[in-house]
Amino acid sequence: MNNTATEATIEADPKLPIIRITRDFAATPEQLVRAHTDPEIFARWVGPDGMDTRIIEWDARNGGAWRYVAGREGEEYGFRGCFHEVGPDRIVQTFTYEGMPEGVSLETLRFEDLGNGRTRLHAQSLVDSFEGRDAWLKSGMEVGVDEGYAKLDALLADGSI
Amino acid sequence: MADELSRVFAALADPTRRDMVARLATGDATVGQLAAPYAVSMQAVSKHLKVLEAAGLISRSRDAQRRPVHLEAEVLAQATEWLERYRREAEARFQRLDAVLAEMNQESMNEEKPS
Repeated sequence: MNNTATEATIEADPKLPIIRITRDFAATPEQLVRAHTDPEIFARWVGPDGMDTRIIEWDARNGGAWRYVAGREGEEYGFRGCFHEVGPDRIVQTFTYEGMPEGVSLETLRFEDLGNGRTRLHAQSLVDSFEGRDAWLKSGMEVGVDEGYAKLDALLADGSI
Repeated sequence: MADELSRVFAALADPTRRDMVARLATGDATVGQLAAPYAVSMQAVSKHLKVLEAAGLISRSRDAQRRPVHLEAEVLAQATEWLERYRREAEARFQRLDAVLAEMNQESMNEEKPS
């Protein structure tokens, strides 16, 4: 079954320090909200690959906090933030990588119901400056890209996609 | 400079400037040659070129007669590469999410089946 006909598209807003990503999924908005708010499900896909995600704190309600640690031998990366709003088709939350604690991104995830069990995710990340956005784009990106391709190959090979 | 990427993105946000960059990717051109396809004034073209130059995307030679415009392909490639790498990382995450969602669908289908 091919349920990923379209890959994620990305746009860097020229006027605001915003990155927008759009991606279609073979799932309902409700399922996607669950995949983002149920800690056990979230830990299974957030990655990056080759790392275990350990949920430390998770309160997926308006105003609730979250924190998780991604790690592999000798390395640990912590992330934390707050769920500002958890709605049926929208999640607003903050996101901080603990290695850059002064940087915080405001994440707005909107789940657009396309019908027939398909949903379009509109993810928007707003940071406080263009410098911050550039640093964000350049940082930590080495992690996971190659592993991502390997994982993709594996998923394609075993027919999951 | 810290915000050079943003200047490149801002410069490329305009369709006329994107067009000019595409044209320059095939080779250097004079301002007159660049202006030819557009129904805009030379001043407007000049303004676009200044934005592209400030972003480091183009350079102009000191040749006073022609001053051909040259595309700094490396600057363009680097900016688009950062964005593309970020996109690929998001896509890798979403591929994992696809697999998890497929399992969720499978589970709910199994639950609906009469036993």
